[in-house]
Amino acid sequence: MTGTLRDRAYQAAASASALFLLLGLGAVLIDTFAAALPRLDLDFVRLPPSDAGRAGGVGPIIVSTLCILGVALAAAVPPALGAGVFLAELGGRLARPVRLSLEVLAGVPSIVFGLFGNAFFCKVLGLGFSILSGGLTLACMVLPILVKATEEGVRAVPSEYRLGAAALGLSRGSYLWRIGLPQAMPLVVTGLVLGVGRALAETAALIFTSGYVDRWPESLHDSGRALSIHVYDLAMNVPGGDASAHASAAVLVLAILGVNAVVAALGRWVRTR
Amino acid sequence: MGDGSSLEAPSRGKARVGSASWLDALLVLCAVVSGGMTLLVAGFVARESTRVLWVVGLSRWFTDPSWHPASGLFNALPMVVGTLLTSMLALVLAVPAGVLSAAWARWVAPAWARGPYRALVALLAGIPSVVYGLWGLTVLVPAIARVQAPGSSLLAGALVLALMVVPTIALFAESALASVPAPLLQGAAALGLGPWATLRGVALPAARPGLVAAVTLGAGRAVGETMALLMVAGNVVELPGSVFDPVRTLAANIALEMAYATADHRSALFATGSGLLVIVALLVLVADRAQRARA
Repeated sequence: MTGTLRDRAYQAAASASALFLLLGLGAVLIDTFAAALPRLDLDFVRLPPSDAGRAGGVGPIIVSTLCILGVALAAAVPPALGAGVFLAELGGRLARPVRLSLEVLAGVPSIVFGLFGNAFFCKVLGLGFSILSGGLTLACMVLPILVKATEEGVRAVPSEYRLGAAALGLSRGSYLWRIGLPQAMPLVVTGLVLGVGRALAETAALIFTSGYVDRWPESLHDSGRALSIHVYDLAMNVPGGDASAHASAAVLVLAILGVNAVVAALGRWVRTR
Repeated sequence: MGDGSSLEAPSRGKARVGSASWLDALLVLCAVVSGGMTLLVAGFVARESTRVLWVVGLSRWFTDPSWHPASGLFNALPMVVGTLLTSMLALVLAVPAGVLSAAWARWVAPAWARGPYRALVALLAGIPSVVYGLWGLTVLVPAIARVQAPGSSLLAGALVLALMVVPTIALFAESALASVPAPLLQGAAALGLGPWATLRGVALPAARPGLVAAVTLGAGRAVGETMALLMVAGNVVELPGSVFDPVRTLAANIALEMAYATADHRSALFATGSGLLVIVALLVLVADRAQRARA
């Protein structure tokens, strides 16, 4: 008797927990979009901000965000591809420390990346507060995600392909170039998109690296304000900036929803292939 | 390792040794650069901390009269306590919710609900912390303020943080539960165990390494979270008397003071960053050990 009662309590608690997740997500999304609606239109994503962001839009901020993202990917993808292939194909004694080190790197709090980026890229390398500093700092953050995705992608190549390549006398280079990497591409791209999501969401690492300037960026050496920093600044430092903060947050969430949809579509594609 | 050995033979051919070895060297270089990033990050943060650590040592971080680093006073205890309290309260809420919702997805939910559930959790995990912070600031904080002012409090911080780490814990817990061998579950069914007895007596013990990893990774996320807590926890450097009192966490403190900190003050912020780094690295190593114990 008590058994069935406990079973019911457990099933109710489990369902309640899942419902709690659903409600939490619903509350955050609905409240954000409801508060954003009055400000959200085409001009908002086109115009530069005015009156400290209370009016105008987020045009230059979107451009800066994309530039930071571009720098981060350009810097992180090549070493991540190499390291992922190394872990999947070569391995050896170096593999375990590299893997463990990347696990730690994946767990490092973003504010600590911000400190590092400020000390290393801004000060030691002399890049100052710039899109370049912010992008390179984010590159360090997304590196573990990209390496892991590449490693899993190369590992997932069916062993028959590898055996076939060996039987044909292909070198490791031509095997990777013609078979391994093309086969691994869906998982690599999924990792890339996950990394983009992580980078888009990032704030703490950018405050002291890419800076606060909300003008149209003219070069990668300019300071550029990322969208997430814009949300933070409007919410905390600009009285009366709430509507714009919500609208900017909605743009950010829409971008992340888009990224998630791409990941889901890629996942389906990988499974049906 | 074993996987790569099938290609070893062809690459030994005379013409290919050269090309294979420059490629191998390039791959090793990439791996060393990637793996070395952690050391570079830790090294730089530690280097910037040394300046203040020479002057202050270790014990004054807990015994100085107050936190006024520009005037040479370095009592970080209220912020250490603030960090631990928000993280622990958040975990107390998030761990049961995360593990139970993972169990729901595996065994309670109808089959059609699993896919959407997973997409939902992944989406929750991807929402930026400023968005959680903004929601906490405009919805949760006023709601708490109606019960007891000021609203920006340990409670608000812990609640927002719980919402943020539940998805992380749920994702890892689900893959831990998925790794429970089917014969164990079939045995439980054959013994006539109900769903609860199966979960408590069979599934949870069998999945424990993965669950430990899920909780430690969630803890790492909670300890390092900056923006959301900066926006909702109130940021007062005092030991809280109740959950309605404001607190400042170490990470939020770095974000707040870094803009104007110079000299010893700046170095002190790097020192607290080093502290966070050490805590998180330890948590990751615990998670790694737990997961290797399973394999």
